[in-house]
Amino acid sequence: MLISHLKMGAKVLLRRKFFTFISLFAISLTLLVLLVATAMLDSILAPRAPETRAARTLGIYRLGFEGPHTGHEGPVGYAFLDRYARHLQRVETIALFTEQQGAVSYVAGRKITSYLKRTDGEFWRILDFDFVEGGPFTAADELQANPVAVINQSTRRRFFGAAPALGRPFAIDGQSFRVVGVVRDVPIVRIVPFADVWVPISTAKSSTYKHEALGNFMAILLARSRRDLPAIQAEFRSRLAHAESPDPRLYTRIAGGADTSFEALARLLFASRENDAHAGRLRAALLTAMAMFMLLPTLNLININLSRILDRAAEIGVRKAFGASSWALVGQFLIENLVLTLLGGALGLALAGPVLAALNRSGLVPYAQFGLNLRVFAYGLAIAVFFGLLSGVYPAWKMSRLQPARALSGRSS
Amino acid sequence: MIRLQRVKKLYRTERVETTALDNINLSIEEGEFVSIMGPSGCGKSTLLNLIGLLDEPSEGSVEFDGEKVGDYGDRALARLRNQRVGFIFQQFHLVSDLSVADNVEIPLLYRRLSHRERRRLAHAALDRVGLSSRTLHFPSQLSGGQQQRVAIARAIVGRPRVLLADEPTGNLDSQMGEEVMAILEGFNQGDKTTVVMVTHDRRLADRTQRVVRLFDGRQVS
Repeated sequence: MLISHLKMGAKVLLRRKFFTFISLFAISLTLLVLLVATAMLDSILAPRAPETRAARTLGIYRLGFEGPHTGHEGPVGYAFLDRYARHLQRVETIALFTEQQGAVSYVAGRKITSYLKRTDGEFWRILDFDFVEGGPFTAADELQANPVAVINQSTRRRFFGAAPALGRPFAIDGQSFRVVGVVRDVPIVRIVPFADVWVPISTAKSSTYKHEALGNFMAILLARSRRDLPAIQAEFRSRLAHAESPDPRLYTRIAGGADTSFEALARLLFASRENDAHAGRLRAALLTAMAMFMLLPTLNLININLSRILDRAAEIGVRKAFGASSWALVGQFLIENLVLTLLGGALGLALAGPVLAALNRSGLVPYAQFGLNLRVFAYGLAIAVFFGLLSGVYPAWKMSRLQPARALSGRSS
Repeated sequence: MIRLQRVKKLYRTERVETTALDNINLSIEEGEFVSIMGPSGCGKSTLLNLIGLLDEPSEGSVEFDGEKVGDYGDRALARLRNQRVGFIFQQFHLVSDLSVADNVEIPLLYRRLSHRERRRLAHAALDRVGLSSRTLHFPSQLSGGQQQRVAIARAIVGRPRVLLADEPTGNLDSQMGEEVMAILEGFNQGDKTTVVMVTHDRRLADRTQRVVRLFDGRQVS
């Protein structure tokens, strides 16, 4: 039966080629945009190097400080994280690091701006960077404030050309460092690991950060198991509830949490100053955006499908006369529509590759590595099937409701 | 086998109510060859649709093998049509995109049969109407008479107990019409298949065992 339906679906598509072209164009364009968006989200959120342990990692990226007259939301100070984020139960290790900041260097009279991130030694244990030269700096380097740095491949090229960089000195932000490792470029959308240059926190020009509750520090926590994440989150929330305000006159309440990468994205987008990161809201917003984006092409496809029913009234009458139940016809029409949307999906997928490659080349997103993989393909397939069902259900239902005697007389209403 | 009692069929639009059939009482016994005659618009096709469970009466009841089908749902009616009734239409109603064999297979799609079994039965049905050499052709490649023979093969492929033919020769010349009529007679006499045929043609009606005459939606004989 399935083969017969597929065969029929193909014949119907070939019957009115212009309609089919319009349908395929709309479907493939819609799915192309959704696939590109999915690939971008995948690039931001999916566990991939260096965040291969993302499934058991939580991050404290932004906290909200609320007071009667003012509020502040953003990264926090080293002292605050040192006091409230360390020694949580079920946490294997914790790493502290700064937000990346623009830092200037001069090479042969040429100004180079790089993103600089200061991290501790544990940062390199939690994240799984791909080293092409040397290795990471260590906890001992951090303790002794050794002027060592890890740089990425693009920075090596900018500073040293094609030559190896290991052991070579360079200056950035008015300080001198020695290269101990070179890693592959990490896209800017991977907020935690991203930078051009990584140096020990303790090499900061001033040590005042050690005593600041407000600042530009973040933390990542590696849980022993992903099952431990809720307990760790609960414990950190409980600590926050009793945390000492950095300035009791300004801030009376501290809110936030240790977030998964999706929760962190939600907290960032909604600038949440609450304990809840609003991950559910982000999920709903993404689904709504997807549905809204699909709305017009879906309506277009529904219209085309309804007009196809006019063409097929007699066939529907024949099938009903010879024993097709309404559900059998709904199934047949949905399969036919799925064939069309999957075909459109395949076209969209074929186009998505070059579009993502062009985005990567454009430099709009530094070190972008947007691409297709099995996960994106699976999402694309799910979207195409959802689209097929959405645009097929109403026409299929309408088709199945045709009264056979009327359908055989060529009347479709 | 089929019994219609006090059957009335009304068609309603917003302003007009048309009586297509009124107070029809009809019994068709197993193995009969019955023709339905009457002028255009007298309700012949409507009556055939009611007998074939393609339409529901506005009043009265339809019984099939002693069971009133008025309460049957969509699925039960579909199963009944699939198992026991075969339709032949004046306009043939072959699906133009499907090959001859695929057209004949349509009733079998709604039974639990393998593709191989469906093909075997379709070929056997086409063989009976003398078209076994045309299985891969498409309807547009056949003459009107051949198309109607394909439609007959489709009607009989599921071995129904009743064949309902709505002016099966209406679109054919006399020679082809004669061929089709001979095939229907063969099924009636050879297989004891009940045949109910709507026709305008008195000569064809005279060859059937019983003629039901309609006029303005009423049964006059």
